[in-house]
Amino acid sequence: MKKTTSFADAIEAALAQAMAADPKIIILGEDVHMLRRNLLVRFGRKRVLPTPISESAFVGAAVAAAMAGLHPVVEVMLVDFMGVAMDALLNHAAKIETFSGGKWKVPLVVRAACGGGYGDGGQHEQSLWGWLAHIPGLVVVVPATPFDAGGLMLSALEYDGPIIYLEHKLLADYWLEFLGSGGRKTVSYDIPRDGAYATIPQKWQPVPLGKAVERRNGSDVTIVSVGVGVHRALEAAEILHEHGVSAGVIDLRTISPLDRDTVCEAVAKTKRLLVVDEDYQGFGLSGELAAIVLEAGLTPSYARVCTQCTIPYARHLEDQVLPNTQRIVQAALAFN
Amino acid sequence: MTADLWSLYALMLRSRLLEEAVARLWHAGHISGEMHLGIGEEGILAGIMAQIRQGDAIALDHRATSALLMRGVDPLALLNEFLGRPDGLCGGQGGHMHLFSQEFLAASSGIVGAAGPAALGFALAAEYLRPGSVAVAFFGEGASNQGMLLEALNLAAVWQLPVLFVCKDNQWAITTPTSVTSRGKLVERARGFGIHAEEVDGLNVEAVWNVAYEALARARGGDGPTFIHATCSHLEGHFLGDKLIKTARQPVREMLSIAGPIIKSIFRVKGAPFGERFKSLIMTLNLIRRTRKGLAASQENDPIERVRLKLQNDLPRLQALEEAIHQEIHHLVAATGLVA
Repeated sequence: MKKTTSFADAIEAALAQAMAADPKIIILGEDVHMLRRNLLVRFGRKRVLPTPISESAFVGAAVAAAMAGLHPVVEVMLVDFMGVAMDALLNHAAKIETFSGGKWKVPLVVRAACGGGYGDGGQHEQSLWGWLAHIPGLVVVVPATPFDAGGLMLSALEYDGPIIYLEHKLLADYWLEFLGSGGRKTVSYDIPRDGAYATIPQKWQPVPLGKAVERRNGSDVTIVSVGVGVHRALEAAEILHEHGVSAGVIDLRTISPLDRDTVCEAVAKTKRLLVVDEDYQGFGLSGELAAIVLEAGLTPSYARVCTQCTIPYARHLEDQVLPNTQRIVQAALAFN
Repeated sequence: MTADLWSLYALMLRSRLLEEAVARLWHAGHISGEMHLGIGEEGILAGIMAQIRQGDAIALDHRATSALLMRGVDPLALLNEFLGRPDGLCGGQGGHMHLFSQEFLAASSGIVGAAGPAALGFALAAEYLRPGSVAVAFFGEGASNQGMLLEALNLAAVWQLPVLFVCKDNQWAITTPTSVTSRGKLVERARGFGIHAEEVDGLNVEAVWNVAYEALARARGGDGPTFIHATCSHLEGHFLGDKLIKTARQPVREMLSIAGPIIKSIFRVKGAPFGERFKSLIMTLNLIRRTRKGLAASQENDPIERVRLKLQNDLPRLQALEEAIHQEIHHLVAATGLVA
């Protein structure tokens, strides 16, 4: 049996399914008594714990609680705020398994909203998945559809190491209402419909970590993206089709570990790689994708459409800075 | 020295009317993203900002509009910034949570607690470059559980820096009541670091002014930092459109959208025992009820109404002042070309 649901409800449904099966899963973080009120009411106050605005303390505590047998889902609201708790992730969560000679695991999900497109300024709209994936020992997932949002949450909770789970605010409607519209009908956003709402299964199956998926087959150019970028790329691929260019779109779903095989297989056929990444351009995912195809012995033409600077507050400036469909089309048409 | 209530009232009313105009522009969709207003905090801000002078620095949180206005920043530049225009205070790059004025040594941040270390650094620079100047950090009580702020308190005490740490306590950290996130008294916490700490009713601008007067004299005279714990009201919620505030004002409409999933959660198989589920439900409902109560009480305890009562014996002067400020804000909004 299938039903239509939102990206946000998909995450909650998968989380509820996992929490019902595994009493070791707890949720802690800022405002979770309101954000996760349905889970609070169902699973009780011992499993859904609101915290003070003390990120370094409660993320650090979540790491150790994971070491000592719980499976915490710790929430820092926005990925930007991970900066405050970075030590717990960079120097502890990511390294304990290695430091202990592989004997001590840290089963932890760090959940945060990410991404821009609603005019909240450069301290609240970053992506930062490349910055986090840079650290060995952290798995970073960024779902682009409700199906993957639920399936990846389930996989994250079956995994025995630390995972950063990022939900894009343009896909998760409650975040957009919380931070963008505030219930106003006077503002609108470019929300990818297939990313925010979809038909999903009644019972969740895990979506494997580290596995990309081909969203569209194409023979001239391979567009690789993640999150909202996937939907912008699919829109661009439609326009490119009218220009006689056959563009394929790969949704990475997991940033780290990167699915080298899926990317290289497609690029080997098209010989053109276009990366669409809402994260910062320099020293990140887009450069990493260039590196893996070179390492595989491929020498495709390469271009990227990324965020190159601090995200401006003004909506019209922001729309230019974040990857948009027009920039993707232009970049693809510029290939020889 | 005593406070001049007329000028304090003018600062507060100007701030209130500007922020109410900002709220209308936000509701009309001209301002994007979140909008955190300082409505209810005006008594704290005016009592302190009235005594800030050239060379002093201010480190602000995500509710920076009032303080900047009171410091002398061009209000049209503020409005234009919120509207994302090139002639905004920061060229439309920052928005309301990231307002900067180098001219007035004023910096804000959307990261909770960041004002603590910032004021510390401003004060350190003042010791070298602008002796007799101070730095003020404004933050909410939610920030006083943030590590960086507590570390800043310690360092300010150890280095005896000229800092005022001003905690604007509205009893809520976003949607979390303070009672859930803190134990003990904040002044005792500050005193534990060896910092002089004072408690004051932030709805009473005169009282705030007096406490700040003493604290500033201490800081300017080289006698180190002061922590001021000022209580205030929470008239507009954490930000405009705050779900709790909306639910409190329009309980039936808002509750319908959230009630369905909650009720389903109570009856799903697997989960906590029903007694615990019921207690969790009560906790959620209590939050909404407490917000309603807070709203009603805070309207009686509006800092602006309180100072106005003291000025009413010269009604003609009061009305002339209010008319002038209303006119100023009206023209200001008109200058944006928008209707609010």
